[in-house]
Amino acid sequence: MPTYVDPNACNACQDEHQGPLCVYICPNDLMVLDEATNKGINQEPEMCSECYACVKLCPQEALHVRGYADFVPMGAEVMPHRTEDGLRWEVHFRDGRTFEFTYQSRTKPAGSVVLYEGFTEDRQNDAKNQSLAGDSLWLGVDKLPTPN
Amino acid sequence: MTLPTTETIECDILIIGGGMSGCGAAFESKFWSGDLKVVMVEKAAIERSGATGEGLSAINCYMGQRYGWNTPEDYTNYVVNDMMGLAREDLVYDVGRHVDNSVHLLEEWGLPIWKKENGEYERIGRWQIPIHGESIKPVAAEPARKAIGPENLYERVAITHLLTDADDSQKIAGAVGFAVRENKFYVFKAKAVIITCGGASNVFRPRSVGEGLGRTWYSVFATGAAYGLMIPIGAEMTQMEHRFVPTRFKDGYGPVGMWFQYFHAQVLNAKGEDYTVTRADELKKYEPYGSAIPTPTPLRNHQMFLDVKDGLGPMYMRTDTAMQKLAEGDPAKMDKVRDEAWEDFLDMTISQALTWAAQNIAPEDTPSEVVLAEPYIMGSHSGEAGAWVSGPEDIATGEYFWGYNRMTTINGLFAAGDGVGAAPHKFSSGSFTEGRIAAKSAVNFLADNPDAPNVSDANVRSIQETIWAPLETFEKHKGASSAEEINPNYMTPKQALVRLQKIMDEYGGGASTWYTTNEPTLLRGIELIEMFREDLAHLAARNRHELMRCWEVIHRTWVGEAHLRHLLHRKETRWPGYYYRSDYPDLDDANWRVFVNSKFDAANNTWEMQTRPYKNIITSI
Repeated sequence: MPTYVDPNACNACQDEHQGPLCVYICPNDLMVLDEATNKGINQEPEMCSECYACVKLCPQEALHVRGYADFVPMGAEVMPHRTEDGLRWEVHFRDGRTFEFTYQSRTKPAGSVVLYEGFTEDRQNDAKNQSLAGDSLWLGVDKLPTPN
Repeated sequence: MTLPTTETIECDILIIGGGMSGCGAAFESKFWSGDLKVVMVEKAAIERSGATGEGLSAINCYMGQRYGWNTPEDYTNYVVNDMMGLAREDLVYDVGRHVDNSVHLLEEWGLPIWKKENGEYERIGRWQIPIHGESIKPVAAEPARKAIGPENLYERVAITHLLTDADDSQKIAGAVGFAVRENKFYVFKAKAVIITCGGASNVFRPRSVGEGLGRTWYSVFATGAAYGLMIPIGAEMTQMEHRFVPTRFKDGYGPVGMWFQYFHAQVLNAKGEDYTVTRADELKKYEPYGSAIPTPTPLRNHQMFLDVKDGLGPMYMRTDTAMQKLAEGDPAKMDKVRDEAWEDFLDMTISQALTWAAQNIAPEDTPSEVVLAEPYIMGSHSGEAGAWVSGPEDIATGEYFWGYNRMTTINGLFAAGDGVGAAPHKFSSGSFTEGRIAAKSAVNFLADNPDAPNVSDANVRSIQETIWAPLETFEKHKGASSAEEINPNYMTPKQALVRLQKIMDEYGGGASTWYTTNEPTLLRGIELIEMFREDLAHLAARNRHELMRCWEVIHRTWVGEAHLRHLLHRKETRWPGYYYRSDYPDLDDANWRVFVNSKFDAANNTWEMQTRPYKNIITSI
């Protein structure tokens, strides 16, 4: 059911102040806490795009993906594990082969953005022209092009 | 379920949708607006919402002006050719000249971009640069959240309707929606509104209809809200007949661009033939676009389509040949290529990696099937459906300009990303950029139009009753049947979605009819979708999650009906490979190199169709 929750690993994010993280992050409102079991559950598997947002975020690695029943043969798994600045992927083939891939996700820690730093555009004089914020610093050419 | 309370928020600018365009709009608006109140509303959580939430392996719109790679003129030429002659040159050029600023900022905010040894960005194709983009959305969301302030971000709120001014139906006044996870209505009163929500997946019946209904190529949570919100209030729409049919790896819909452009892989049919070679003459029917370099996307689709229709499939991407050639027998080189190949999927379409693993496909050894997917209606990627908007002041003239860049024909209503028509090939970076352009323009609109909107409370109450109706319908009628899902008084949102998809697929030229339709078929489809739109008044929802699904299928239906009506109006086949009019099988530049526009008239429940002229502003194509 594209994403599924291992009930033995899910602790309903009892230590997370914003509640269960899979419920928080799911872009399609699929993950809910089952009232009877207090475990995460995908309430509408056919609307799951296997985007892995919940899998990547789950602190207990309780979220997994079982490929779409329509066309994915059984027995394989693709599972991410968080690293300091990215993800390490374990790719398990149906025939038992396993590959590992590690990729960086970001070069700076989340939360480090400083807004409009060093921007020189003038909020009065440049408001009516075609410039965008930060052009002088980030456009990469001296002058905003206009058609010949 | 008890009737919800209402929270009313008054603001200067309301941004609807927190995807790439919305995040760009939030970031830009606060730079120019100072202490104006900017509010963003999003149905999910912006860190992973929208079409880029899963991540991306490439930025597909980058000029590289600082390297001298391309000019905005080059980009406009490319886009007009790829769209077979129909794109608003003023809008396309405008994105092109600004987009590098956005890409460089995304890198500054923490997006890892592949580099060559000399420090320049690596390139996949002329406009595409590879990224380690699994987190591109959280990287773009952070400055948006910081710019407007977290107190002005409303997540898990589904917007269902736009509000127009009580004194002027052609002026925007705000929006109405409901909280998905609380019993609460939201009313946003705004002096300007920027529509940055998504295009539409799942309007046409997809090839996978079980669990795989969610594995649409374009994000399954892109429900056509951009169009479903604007059409009912009478905004003029353009190019709603256009659709994109992606050629992708079969079933998982993994991207192919890197394979074609970076690994130089070929797709071969069952006889080992390359359709771009065997079908080369076919391009001559579609001049001048047929001889454009690169061959326009629909024409490449068309060449493959002819092979498939002739029974020459399966079509295989020869990943094996390409990887072996790149590795040249060197295991270290093969490790690098393998790493890059898997990252392409793991960054953005993880299902395809899982499909490979489950089918024991190691791409260096085993080729992989590609397929023409179902149609998608959108404005940000290779589609050009959307609102008819004003262009930039220094480029657009006449019918292309009415005061504020990216303003729709409704005063104070702006659009960006999927919401803007005739301005395709923006992708993530261009959509973020267009959100910025629209936001700056909205700030200028506010300076000239500072008055608060006049919102009719009676109108709001009436809309709220409409929003809530599916929950009431279920409660009222559930006793009429021993089975919740079989009831003569209502239909569930899932049943409605399947019915819409069947109409679109069978009458609107979907995958099961070889993307082919004609006038009688379209007229019949319109009859059926008119009845369907009436039946949407009988949707039933058991909870707020299903209530959201009800409003999603209503938005998708507006997209579907607009699509059928536009298909009917354009009497030619301009984009073979995307769709075919069997009664008008040829490209007809003499009569149809024009934009097809529509306006819905809510008072009379009618659609007004018209054409708008094409203007060569940048190109001489």
